[in-house]
Amino acid sequence: MEDIEINVIVNGRTFKRRVEPRLLLTDFIRHGIGLTGTHVGCENGVCGACTVLLDGLATRACCTLAVQADGRRIETVESLGRLNNLAPLQRAFWEMHGLQCGYCTPGMLMLMTELLRENPNPDRDTIRARLNDNICRCTGYEDIVNSVERAVELMRTETAGR
Amino acid sequence: MAEAGKILSPPAGRQKERPNQRLSVIGTRMLRKEDPRFLIGRGHFIDDIELPNMAHAAALRSPHAHARIKSIDAKAARALPGVICIMTGEDAAKETGPLPCFANPPVEQRCLALGKVRHVGEPVALVVADSRYIAEDAAALIQVEYELLPAVSDMMEAINSRGDAVLHPERGPDNVAEHRNYTFGPVEQEFAAATHVVKRRLRWSRSGGQPLETAGAVASYDEGSGKFTIHVNGSMYNYIGFTIATALKIPSHQVNIVPADAGGSFGSKLFLHKVSVLASLGARASGRPVKYIEDRIDNITASDNHGSDRIYDVELALDANHRMTALRYKVVDDYGAYFQYGLGTHGNGFSQTVGPYRIRAVGAEIYAVFTNKCQQGACRGFGSEVTNFMIERIVDAAVEQLNLDPIAFRRDNFIQPDEFPYQIPTGNLYDSGNYPGALDMALQMLGYEAWRDKQQAARAQGRYVGIGIASCQEKGVFSATEFWMLNRSPGFALTSSPESASVKIDPTGKAVISLHAPCWGNSPETVAAMVLAEQLTMDPADISVTYSDTDHGLPGTGPGGSRYTVMVTGAVTGAAAIIKEKLTRVAGHMLEADPRDLEFRGGKVGVKGAPGLEASIAEIAMQAHFFRLSLPDDPALTSGLDANYTYDHPLATLPRGDGDFGIFYPIMGHMCHMPVVEVDIETGQVSFLDYVAVHDCGTMINPMTVDGHVRGGTAQGIGTALLEEFRYDKSGQLLNTSFTDYLLPRVGNLPPQVRIGHLVTPSPYTEYGVKGAGEGGRMVAPPAVISAIEDALRPLGVRIDTVPVTPSRLRALIREAQARGGR
Repeated sequence: MEDIEINVIVNGRTFKRRVEPRLLLTDFIRHGIGLTGTHVGCENGVCGACTVLLDGLATRACCTLAVQADGRRIETVESLGRLNNLAPLQRAFWEMHGLQCGYCTPGMLMLMTELLRENPNPDRDTIRARLNDNICRCTGYEDIVNSVERAVELMRTETAGR
Repeated sequence: MAEAGKILSPPAGRQKERPNQRLSVIGTRMLRKEDPRFLIGRGHFIDDIELPNMAHAAALRSPHAHARIKSIDAKAARALPGVICIMTGEDAAKETGPLPCFANPPVEQRCLALGKVRHVGEPVALVVADSRYIAEDAAALIQVEYELLPAVSDMMEAINSRGDAVLHPERGPDNVAEHRNYTFGPVEQEFAAATHVVKRRLRWSRSGGQPLETAGAVASYDEGSGKFTIHVNGSMYNYIGFTIATALKIPSHQVNIVPADAGGSFGSKLFLHKVSVLASLGARASGRPVKYIEDRIDNITASDNHGSDRIYDVELALDANHRMTALRYKVVDDYGAYFQYGLGTHGNGFSQTVGPYRIRAVGAEIYAVFTNKCQQGACRGFGSEVTNFMIERIVDAAVEQLNLDPIAFRRDNFIQPDEFPYQIPTGNLYDSGNYPGALDMALQMLGYEAWRDKQQAARAQGRYVGIGIASCQEKGVFSATEFWMLNRSPGFALTSSPESASVKIDPTGKAVISLHAPCWGNSPETVAAMVLAEQLTMDPADISVTYSDTDHGLPGTGPGGSRYTVMVTGAVTGAAAIIKEKLTRVAGHMLEADPRDLEFRGGKVGVKGAPGLEASIAEIAMQAHFFRLSLPDDPALTSGLDANYTYDHPLATLPRGDGDFGIFYPIMGHMCHMPVVEVDIETGQVSFLDYVAVHDCGTMINPMTVDGHVRGGTAQGIGTALLEEFRYDKSGQLLNTSFTDYLLPRVGNLPPQVRIGHLVTPSPYTEYGVKGAGEGGRMVAPPAVISAIEDALRPLGVRIDTVPVTPSRLRALIREAQARGGR
């Protein structure tokens, strides 16, 4: 099959590329445009390490073709805060030990970004219900739940401070 | 023969930093140094590495469990545009030798199967192409003619395999890899004298570390120098990395192994020989850098790191007072197709084979068998987690059979706090402990009595609520003797298991620590920075940590066996002592003071009792680096400020034969877990109502990261107890090769909260009294959870001898019990 031209808006920037129709979105993001923060874990949509936001919706990039993202908006972990200016969610994961090896972390952050946009004040059960979508092999999840609760606090303080 | 009991003249230690000091950094919940890069998506994982002109490799996997390779036709594959080269086992054998193996005699494993395949997923050919997509397309075009051989899947049948069903005929006429008998103490006499003997058959099924990131390597070959550079997410490269050079048939200085951040390991990346050799093979053949990353199917079917797979027949002897006197077991362990660590996982269990109890004698008969499955490697506990399960299950069996109180029975049999250091019958030493203290803390935290009342009330309502208990050891800091002490003839009988740290203070007073083993998802940077900050009274923010490749590496054994924090602490403490000595000498000169009158305070070196008379580390460092002529002509004051230190095992001795293995795993942690579960008897689903986990890992460098290991390990242990199992059918096909059906715990499978208690019984042998904690909850959660489920189902009389007890398995046990007439 011939390559297809796609235009994908990743973290606010448009990337115009010719890609094989079978190219996975993970490979496009990681190796096509060099954003290696999005990870590949199980390769069949079970673990969620590859979670990105596609038009705002948490999506398994490992089960999505790059051509499906044509004309759409993708947000990856690189769209959140940077080293000396972490986003509240990232800051909260740091403070509450919400990560160990860091491999599932970008997917967790994007999944929880989606949740917090929908519901800026989720309770523990709501957080756990959404967290059930993704797998972390290191933490046992409790510190991730604590991190999201802490993020809610930090975001509230940030909003109040404005 | 080692006699169990308190050692009256304990071995002298080398501890310099005593426990219970007033400390300012160690013991705090300092946020991790490692985290920011991971949080912004800038870790350096193996698949993040891109080299110019890099090619990609994929392996063709064997679809059969056991077969002769008659022929391989790669013509069509080679013709595919974008394919650079294809190698078969025969091609690889011209350029590579067998992969490293600790067993003696070694069992030959090749990076690509040579002549025979011995398990599903075993690599048969390697394709190197311009992209991974093309490499996989080409692999699918390779025609392999196989002659099927009888597959062995059942470990009991493996003992009697003959003829073509034998995996390694050069080792003997059957599939028994090893059959050993060990007697530690007067086993026969104790059983003959016993008032009660309790017996069980137990089944621990095969699971695995299954980190979210698979194993991989990126290798390049420099034709100009003949040197390989191998990036890999494995460990032990500064320990036995040279064996990868041996496998590549080149001198060791022609390989530089560069570590990557590992996206979890849990033992499974302890030593990644296969991916390293495959990528290097491809690089040399193609003349291009080659990336070979296992996909998930490769990792599940051929990681070389499945966990223990055992059937135990175990007996416990008790006297008339219900004191445990002796333990005897026969165990069959299904090692799969190869035998890379020999019987290591059983030797490991011998470090704590009596648990926390005063058992005087132990008998062990071990059958290690070959089957047509992925070989065993390391899986968080390295076999000792299974030993813990065996001990706690037989303890619970005694409680049931003799109608004892599970708390009092354990308490009455504990080694007491005043009996340390305590030698167990295998010869290993427990350095310190307080087992009744941990039990009491757990009881109190759980509100044990209140839960018993709630359990009664729940039972009255027809609910099945149970309280579990397990009191287990967490051995820490292996000595290298465990790698060979169970070999019939030792082979390469190494005794070193060191760890090094290099510390450099730059002219502006900032520090860089180089570690000589990788970041595995544990917290080595945090630990190293905290210890150095404590030593030099520096701000941890002024310290960064990096990882040496083998070209620049010093001896480093790496994370594993709950050793790394202890060993890094020792190494950094040693390097800091050298730095402090020089800082003090230079400062003495600068301040015109006697170095003996100086102290470290707030990032400065100053004269004791004279506030203000001091120089900052930055000022001293500047002096040390750049102003040689201002310093005395003392050979200790060469320009610069740096130190290398290699810390050896803090307390180990040589084995004294098969009845006494000496001290090989003495830094003994302990834990007591008490889960409360509810079982839905219609669905077999287990849910957690409470969970208390008390751990004693001595002095904690960082309680926050210890908590992380406790919680994460507990989650993994719950997975082992309830979900995880590699299921092979009779023909050796692996039935669950993805996370769709090999189930890892999700948040919904786990307790909403694991309430953690820390007891601190410092080691008298390690710096600051630190003990290991990395294997954490997985060492204890399986027996604790099973104990709770059995307790919940006590009205039905359900007995659980097998893990994982999946909902369907549990439902079947409940049905059987109901058919027998339980309510």
